[in-house]
Amino acid sequence: MSSPQIEIQLIAALVAAACAIPGVFLVLRKMALISDAISHSILPGIVLGFFITQDLSSPLLIVLAAGTGIITVVLVERIQKTGLVKEDTAIGLVFPALFSIGVLLIAKNANDIHLDVDAVLLGELAFAPFDRLLLLGIDAGPKAAWIMGVILLITLSLLYLFFKELKVSTFDVGLSSALGFSPALLHYGLMSVSSITVVGAFDVVGAILVVALMIAPAAAAYLLTADLKKMLWLSVCFGVFAAISGYWLAHWLDASIAGSITTVLGLVFLLVYFFAPKKGLLSVMYRQKQQRTEVSLLTFLLHLNNHQETEERHINHLREHINWQQVKANTVVGLALDNNLITITNEVISLTTKGLSFTQTALEYIITNKDDKIEHLKDDFFLFRG
Amino acid sequence: MSITEYFNLLFTDYTLRTISLGTAVLGAICGMLGSFAVLRKQSLLGDAISHAALPGIAIAFLITGAKDTNILLLGALVSGLIGAFWIRGMISKTHLKSDTALGLVLSLFFGFGMLLLTYIQKQPNANQAGLDKYLFGQAATLVESDVLLMVLVTATALVVVLLFWKEFKLLLFDPDYANTLGFNTKFIDILITFFIVLAIVIGLQTVGVVLMSAMLLAPAAAARQWTSSLAVMVFLAALIGAFSGVFGTAISASQDNLSTGPVIVLVASFFVVVSFVFSPTRGLLFKQIRLIKNRRDLQLKKTLQFMYGIAQTHESIDHPHTIRILNNFQGFTKKSLRKMEENQWILLNKQQWSLTLKGFTEAQNLFNQQTQHE
Repeated sequence: MSSPQIEIQLIAALVAAACAIPGVFLVLRKMALISDAISHSILPGIVLGFFITQDLSSPLLIVLAAGTGIITVVLVERIQKTGLVKEDTAIGLVFPALFSIGVLLIAKNANDIHLDVDAVLLGELAFAPFDRLLLLGIDAGPKAAWIMGVILLITLSLLYLFFKELKVSTFDVGLSSALGFSPALLHYGLMSVSSITVVGAFDVVGAILVVALMIAPAAAAYLLTADLKKMLWLSVCFGVFAAISGYWLAHWLDASIAGSITTVLGLVFLLVYFFAPKKGLLSVMYRQKQQRTEVSLLTFLLHLNNHQETEERHINHLREHINWQQVKANTVVGLALDNNLITITNEVISLTTKGLSFTQTALEYIITNKDDKIEHLKDDFFLFRG
Repeated sequence: MSITEYFNLLFTDYTLRTISLGTAVLGAICGMLGSFAVLRKQSLLGDAISHAALPGIAIAFLITGAKDTNILLLGALVSGLIGAFWIRGMISKTHLKSDTALGLVLSLFFGFGMLLLTYIQKQPNANQAGLDKYLFGQAATLVESDVLLMVLVTATALVVVLLFWKEFKLLLFDPDYANTLGFNTKFIDILITFFIVLAIVIGLQTVGVVLMSAMLLAPAAAARQWTSSLAVMVFLAALIGAFSGVFGTAISASQDNLSTGPVIVLVASFFVVVSFVFSPTRGLLFKQIRLIKNRRDLQLKKTLQFMYGIAQTHESIDHPHTIRILNNFQGFTKKSLRKMEENQWILLNKQQWSLTLKGFTEAQNLFNQQTQHE
């Protein structure tokens, strides 16, 4: 590994960590798309800042561009408050307009500025190590690493200082304002941090990857845990992992680093999405299938309870009567047998005493519709689940 | 370029005519289908799908190696649809909210698309240049066959919208009711989504991935302000979309270095701002005027009631009082007193006022109304 390679990975990891932290709160506050809006609408801010400073990584430019991000948020809120359109429409109206202005500003002054839209949207991480920070004439490392390091440090210290406030205002706005933490202040604080992070990261990884780095790790972590601290840790880990392995993927394919980091993020998210133990797709679908079978079992037992006549309880008749497919009927009857709820004699099914008391409890629930009747039902009666 | 020059060019210049026609048709279909997206609260679906279409374009190119627009758009359509349905799956099967799902699909698909595009660019294949026009859109590359495709798609969409008008409308405003009536809501839903994706995909070449969502949203959001009827809204949105397309193309043709896509979006945004401000029923301007009017009216009645309170303590209603005693109640001005005189509620006599019978009964009724409501 050469030293630019190490530096690129360092920068990527710093960006990933800095994005993951505000990302968690954006996802939890259902404002994930604000990051998309900010990342596009900072373009005019960057262009104007560039006119003034002539330097893409100057702190003044970052502040100016982050200002545009805040303006976006305020504009979206103002438009939404008029009640003329919904929030998502407001977002969708504001950022393309601002982005268009930015694109036109660049196009009109293409000769004067060294900036093109591709670079803003996609970034070029491979060039980041060539822009060095010189302190008193000594090479102190790549500028981007310093910028992102400072932003990460600010984010971390704000997170440490206001963790409790952020937590409360994220999950319970009412409680937070009753306790005296202004939700508006925290909201704009979060927005400012997000804006600054987006701006700091854009010329390294581009606007779109910023969105991916903010949302994807947080979403993956959200599927794995319901604990805020764990979620923060997990998403930082996912982000950093994707940043570093994404770099090597890009190295191997000789393709865009930002693109391959996003691809790795996508794979990580896909993996979590399918296989997360409780909230993953497979486990949700398994649970839903289980519940379907169990509800079928309940209907089946109620049917048995309703009919004393043997012909109504004959095993073949049941299949016709309740109109189940062969497989489903077998599953349900098998489950009932396993749980000792029915007995079969001469192909006639009858309820056991356990089956009888199960149907009684279930009936009571159906009649009274009180949740406490059904809460323990499954635990009490089921040895085997559907 | 003057207006007459523009019209001359429009009829003589092949490129300008093609582009104007293309953007007009595109604006129309986006406006039409965008209305459904906006009303279904899926405004940002367009943004997510347009980004999600990018890997499809790259994969289609990787497989065929040809730069045939139709094949690339087919790839975009497939990956856009995958994105759209994944969003739906994510929202229904996990506890991730719609904003997160949209953001995920948008950024992950786009990033993957970028990876493929940069990978393609490094390939020793001379054919690869020009794929990035789908990123920012280049209306200038529109040729007649592209416009023909747009017209075809628009016509199909129009026929489908007309055929399924009742079903679409029902699904928009009351999906549960539609379900109980026995309509296959899933099918209708997929149909709408399919056509929205289709509209986005054919617009990619012209306005690009990033600005496509505005093409879908802005005309619909503007049209919504002028009407509460779906048919009128769809028609208006199509009209505004088409106008934005034509105006945008004209403006960008009149100057150098103005890309067509952003100009069209800005024109459409301008329509939105105008609609927000000047719409007679929902517009901010008239709302503000109505608010001020109401406030004045309320102020006037408050003054009247104060006068009524004074007049009640006297034997005759028209006993004159000095205007000065109204001082401890701030709600009167010379203008408001004159207005009350016009209403024949009071009589003014130099520095004195007295209630008329009409004013007295008015105030009495006002009071009754108030107590009745309490």
